[in-house]
Amino acid sequence: MNAMTVIRLVFVWFALMGLLVTTVGASFFLRGPASMAASTGIAFIKAALIYWFFMHLSEERGLPRLMAVGAVTWLAILIGLSFTDYATRGFGW
Amino acid sequence: MSENVQRHEPYRDARQQHEADMMGMYVFLSTEVMLFGGIFLAIFVLRLQHPEAFVEASKRMHVFIGAFNTAVLLTSSLAVAIAVHGARQGAARLSTALFGGAAGLGVVFLGLKALEYRKEYEDGLLPVVSDPGRFSSPIEHLFMNLYLVATALHATHLAIGILLLAGLAWRIGRGNLKLPERAIVVVICGLYWHFVDVVWVFLYPVLYLAR
Repeated sequence: MNAMTVIRLVFVWFALMGLLVTTVGASFFLRGPASMAASTGIAFIKAALIYWFFMHLSEERGLPRLMAVGAVTWLAILIGLSFTDYATRGFGW
Repeated sequence: MSENVQRHEPYRDARQQHEADMMGMYVFLSTEVMLFGGIFLAIFVLRLQHPEAFVEASKRMHVFIGAFNTAVLLTSSLAVAIAVHGARQGAARLSTALFGGAAGLGVVFLGLKALEYRKEYEDGLLPVVSDPGRFSSPIEHLFMNLYLVATALHATHLAIGILLLAGLAWRIGRGNLKLPERAIVVVICGLYWHFVDVVWVFLYPVLYLAR
């Protein structure tokens, strides 16, 4: 067992728990779009930490990394194109 | 990638074989991203079209049970990450204990989720089994439908993950999975568990913390 690796994983856990406390705390203060931006942003940071450190992306090279995050791009297209429809329906075009 | 693995055809070297293993699992997890992604899209559209009613429905969620469950899953992921590291180094006993512990945390999560469903049932908020007339609005009903589909699908994945981890603990404990030679099996199962954790990391704020 490499002690440094274990310590690093524990630090990542502390960061994740800190972000959990932050997102719950922010929900008591922020409202509307600001609340959504903060909670989604924090979720992305947590997911990035988990993917990078727990899911070994830090050890992999380009191609596996691309495979791991590729779906995020497709999802962004799905959500982005859907919202160009739903978010502009009230414009009366 | 420190495990001393045996190379199989058609791979040129251990590194290429390892990358193929990892890529295969990442591609599978990408299909899972798209599966859950459709549900997230539906949730975002509901919020966009009915912001006030969506927030009112979200306020009736049990925020602190959800937060505690998030902490449970994050902690289980730490246990799995250390167990995988141990497995790569050949530390079989440590891996067995940590995989067993992580599976136990998964059971804690499911237990709390069941408690939460029960509370929602008592409040008349659980779709299918509750009287539709008790929802304060059709939007709340729709919100709870999405909540039930998303969390039940997640719980199903978690249940599969618990079986995987318990199976790993059993196999490593009995010496049926040779470590560190077969550590890739452990790494792949770990990826699945962490992914289920990531799904919850998004479900929790989107459903429970909408304000």
